[in-house]
Amino acid sequence: MNSLPSDLERAFQAKIDNEYKIEPKDWMPAGYRKNLIRQISQHAHSEVIGMQPEGHWITRAPSLRRKAVLLAKVQDEAGHGLYLYSATETMGITRAELIDALQTGQAKYASIFNYPTQTWGDIGTVGWLVDGAAICNQVSLQRTSYGPYARSMIRICKEESFHQRQGYQIMMELAKGTPEQKSMAQDSLNRFYWPSLMMFGPHDSESAHSAKSMKWKIKRETNDDLRQKFIDQTVPQIEFLGLEHPDKDLKWNEERGHYDAGEIDWEEFHNVINGNGHCNRQRISHHVAAHEEGAWVRDAQNAYNAKMKARRAEAA
Amino acid sequence: MSLENLELFEVFVRSSRGLDHKHVGSLHAEDAEHALDYARDCYTRRSEGISIWVVKSADICSSQEDDAPEFFDPSDDKPYRHATYYPLPKEVGNM
Amino acid sequence: MLDLKEKTKQYSTRLGDDSLILGHRISEWTSNGPFLEEDIALGNVALDYIGRARMFYTYAADLAGNGKTEDDLAYLRSEREFQNYLINELPRGDFAFTMVRQLFVDVFFSYYLKALTNSNDTELAAIATKSLKETRYHLRRSRDWTLRLGLGTDESKARMTKALAEIWGYVHELFEPDELELELIACGIAVDTREIKDNWFADIGAILSEADLAIPDAEWAVRGGRKGYHTEHLSMLLSVMQSVHRAHPGANW
Ligand SMILES: [Fe+2]
Ligand SMILES: [Fe+2]
Repeated sequence: MNSLPSDLERAFQAKIDNEYKIEPKDWMPAGYRKNLIRQISQHAHSEVIGMQPEGHWITRAPSLRRKAVLLAKVQDEAGHGLYLYSATETMGITRAELIDALQTGQAKYASIFNYPTQTWGDIGTVGWLVDGAAICNQVSLQRTSYGPYARSMIRICKEESFHQRQGYQIMMELAKGTPEQKSMAQDSLNRFYWPSLMMFGPHDSESAHSAKSMKWKIKRETNDDLRQKFIDQTVPQIEFLGLEHPDKDLKWNEERGHYDAGEIDWEEFHNVINGNGHCNRQRISHHVAAHEEGAWVRDAQNAYNAKMKARRAEAA
Repeated sequence: MSLENLELFEVFVRSSRGLDHKHVGSLHAEDAEHALDYARDCYTRRSEGISIWVVKSADICSSQEDDAPEFFDPSDDKPYRHATYYPLPKEVGNM
Repeated sequence: MLDLKEKTKQYSTRLGDDSLILGHRISEWTSNGPFLEEDIALGNVALDYIGRARMFYTYAADLAGNGKTEDDLAYLRSEREFQNYLINELPRGDFAFTMVRQLFVDVFFSYYLKALTNSNDTELAAIATKSLKETRYHLRRSRDWTLRLGLGTDESKARMTKALAEIWGYVHELFEPDELELELIACGIAVDTREIKDNWFADIGAILSEADLAIPDAEWAVRGGRKGYHTEHLSMLLSVMQSVHRAHPGANW
């Protein structure tokens, strides 16, 4: 393989370095395109699979206001999936291909959604911490180099802020509620805190795609930097709730101006990624089942559309 | 296993009176009418719009980056098309 | 003898029941839709119904004036106390079933809410005015889907035919006001659904025939929603819906 960059590649990198956005019809290196499709589609799949752990609580939301809020929130996630599939499709790959990759396991989605939501408290922590961690990442991606991806991110970030707040509000109610509610909140925080930190991915030193993604400005901040931001911002939020921080090694580091955190259980991280989470199989089979059950509906649409076209042609 | 042959539509939304329709994304639908309904459901959940256009993605003809020099550079050397090209004496006021 | 306020409260509560139970059923489509766009669209319909339920319940709670809230009405009544029409509580079924039910309910509501906007009760009239706009959009969707599925493939047509047959017997009670409603009709507050019936049959007949489908000529009719005499499905729905709320008496959420 030729290791010297071609003129096209140099011009491309110059655009990136000058903060010009790359748009769909522009020339781009095959690796950039591949990397983007991988990242955006993984992101899209995460939004869509992420509907499940919260979606099954819509029917049990304990007040009508919560029911409406949760439904609107989960529906937004479907919308985010749509925006992101739409961004991926600008690169000439179809949604059908992307869905196929998800269902056959070639494409990944955020591993956090393989954790079960067992209690109503989890609907609080998922909104607060999982959406919170996602927002850290998405805010930085508003400056990503690919135009359609950046624009989707801007749109998504606008909608996300309500997601995190509604989650935190659930936690506030639980934390000041009955003893059972408060322990529900603590238990949920304990279960979701570490997996939320894992959402930022492996340490920069271990991350397979990081260097290239940074050079192409597909990613704008590293995993560890984003994780640090999240750790720092979460401390006062936990404090305000009056809950115990799950990280017993957490300590303020005056010199760095950040919290030093305990080490993540990377074995668990890889374990869940490799299919051993509580819900890995369930999430995919749910998606496959809905998709297959929808096949006759999509078929009917196509058939109807064909009939109408034929009718119009006859009339003309 | 998967099957998706609905058509792709681009969606444009006018956010308020007096503004242009702005491209917001795309969606799949069976025909234009259907695409309009879905555009309403998918892209204006927070009353972002008062008018929607949908266009079949395949019907959009787009300039190519390779053509950009022929297309756009020629207007680079026509500064006289811009008002700033014509300094006016202070005395005459705004024009 | 109940006073008018108490009767109006009961009426508003049952209208809330209709909306909540149906909205709950539609919300069950979340992450189960045939494709993403439709999943989102169904979410909007469900949200409309849940919002409508909250308005009717809140009004009922105001009329009761005993400090009870919309949530007390939704979460602390039993299956015998709910008075929704049976059609709303039937499980969501397949997409054809959902769309046939929507078509029936949407045509019904398009007349019902229109009439309710003229209610002597200004609060009910205001809720109807807001809801009517939503229903017009819902009807546009369910009508279009009826055409698509009726004229689509053999399978979609067969599924629609089956759904029509399964739901048909639940439509009759929609047009049979009970005692409470008759009294409120006399006061110009409630809607007289007997007056909607012909229009409903005509519209449904026309839409179905355009979709190459037909009104089933079946003789069965199940009744009882307004009396709290429900199918077995409602208690299942309520035990799911109320589980968290009831497990923590008096808690705030
Ligand atoms: Fe999202
Ligand atoms: Fe979110």
